[in-house]
Amino acid sequence: MLLEFEKPIVELEEKLAGMKELAKDSDADVEEAIETLEKKIEKLKRETFQNLTRWQRVQLSRHPERPYTLDYIYGMTSDFVELHGDRTVKDDKAMVGGLATIDNQTFMLVGQQKGRNTKQRQMRNFGMANPEGYRKALRLMQIANKFNIPVVTLIDTPGAYPGLEAEERGQGEAIARNLKEMFMLDVPIITIVIGEGASGGALGIGIGDRVLMMENTWYSVISPESCSSILWRSWEYKEQAAEALKLTAKDMLDKGLIDGIIEEPLGGAHADVQASINAVKKAILDNYKELRKLKPEKLKEARIAKFVAMGEVAEK
Amino acid sequence: MAWFTRKDKGIQTPTEAKKEAPDGLWYKTPSGKIIHTRELKNNRYVSPEDGYHVRIGSKEYFEILFDNNEFTELDANLSSADPYGFVDSKPYTERIAASQKKTGLTDAVRTATGKMNGLDLTVSCMDFAFIGGSMGSVVGEKIARAIDYCLKHKTPFLMISKSGGARMMESSLSLMQMAKTSAKLALLSEAKIPYISLLTDPTTGGVTASYAMLGDFNIAEPGALIGFAGPRVIRETIGKDLPKGFQSAEFVLDHGFLDFIVDRRDLKARLTTLLNMLRKK
Repeated sequence: MLLEFEKPIVELEEKLAGMKELAKDSDADVEEAIETLEKKIEKLKRETFQNLTRWQRVQLSRHPERPYTLDYIYGMTSDFVELHGDRTVKDDKAMVGGLATIDNQTFMLVGQQKGRNTKQRQMRNFGMANPEGYRKALRLMQIANKFNIPVVTLIDTPGAYPGLEAEERGQGEAIARNLKEMFMLDVPIITIVIGEGASGGALGIGIGDRVLMMENTWYSVISPESCSSILWRSWEYKEQAAEALKLTAKDMLDKGLIDGIIEEPLGGAHADVQASINAVKKAILDNYKELRKLKPEKLKEARIAKFVAMGEVAEK
Repeated sequence: MAWFTRKDKGIQTPTEAKKEAPDGLWYKTPSGKIIHTRELKNNRYVSPEDGYHVRIGSKEYFEILFDNNEFTELDANLSSADPYGFVDSKPYTERIAASQKKTGLTDAVRTATGKMNGLDLTVSCMDFAFIGGSMGSVVGEKIARAIDYCLKHKTPFLMISKSGGARMMESSLSLMQMAKTSAKLALLSEAKIPYISLLTDPTTGGVTASYAMLGDFNIAEPGALIGFAGPRVIRETIGKDLPKGFQSAEFVLDHGFLDFIVDRRDLKARLTTLLNMLRKK
């Protein structure tokens, strides 16, 4: 899939390929021209991706080739044991999790999972978890807590599922309970937004000692489309809504709502999946190295203090 | 051109001119019962004929709960900043100023502490009249401070929710108020101080998905709309009409997320009984 702002780059890349083809068949000396064009492409790429608008980053966060939670888990580990079910209703396939080791350290990895094709998307419910998904996530995190295993959550969701059964089974209660219980875990929690971080559905697994966002992701109280529909009463203002919501990784870091940004390969996480996986793996290990030094009481205290400090009010 | 396009601009009622609260001498309930406003007030704003619970605000709840309407308001000096310089169809600062002027409130929640039938009680109560009772930084901060007060003075905490959810104009800061209030409630829970959450019409979105559902006791007023996603969003998602009574307090009770439903006229007595039982062991 090609995004609008990628078109000029791809056009040049096609031109370059043509030129290279030409160089192979003839003796004409086009080497210099090829080099110039390569440099030009590199420059254009850099300029384009450094100056993306907020809405363009939202588009990148939803890119269909972007690595998803299981891509990261299978990419970072070789012994993943997936665990299923919330022990109450069913196994929510929009939320996945299990144990795996990274560099000899066991982690409990939990995250929303999107699907790659129509069938998978349906099975994964587009990464929109039901209450049982949040309860499964909590069950896994509490197992981790019991066996003193650090938790990593990977966020990638367009929202908690707004369905009839979700309401019957207490979507609000499930998310609320996760928020409260995650503050009570004794083990380190590292949270990474790898794609979309939509509102309560994202926050429901988002109470981390370290909360990181990948460079081209978004995290906010509402999606730009829904915000546009409510505040502007039309779906047409999503770009303005994205600007107003200030929902990018940099915006979130500026407000002190996240702890860091994981840089993506030029062109976005999907442009070099292996490099993205390596970057996430490194971030997990680096942050865990710091967090493991803290005693559980200090860890919890700092986690609570960090979130309690969030907010800006006028006091007269 | 659509045949129904309204050409005459003069007959539209601007939002600020629309009336929300019963104003005037008579009040008509949705089922058509008519009651004198003085009688309505004396009846805890419940229509005597059909039991309809009229939407009320913090002023009325404090009056209902605190003995002789005596209480101390906490953190009344907090009001909304404009952390994102948010502008949609009008600037956020203007919305705030207009809402303050219209309602006489500073934001969507007020906290008070006092005696209820002689028992110490701290209450945070949301006001739907203030931008749909939406939760931004002020709401989160005031609730966090109310819980701090409860922790310090060992008073039970009553949260009265009435909200459309998180306030979009404070974007991610609003979202994080869900985390902030839940963190404080975790501490309150560890300190074994009772927390009662009263859900009133309507309680939806990020408020339901945080403090409103975290009570030791979750209780609600009859007929209140309670849910995570709003009915319109769900209808659009599933493409079907919603069953009758869906997301009503009775429905939520039936599905196991409420301890009981309480008629507003019995609220003070029921809360007193409950809190007294927790004291005597």
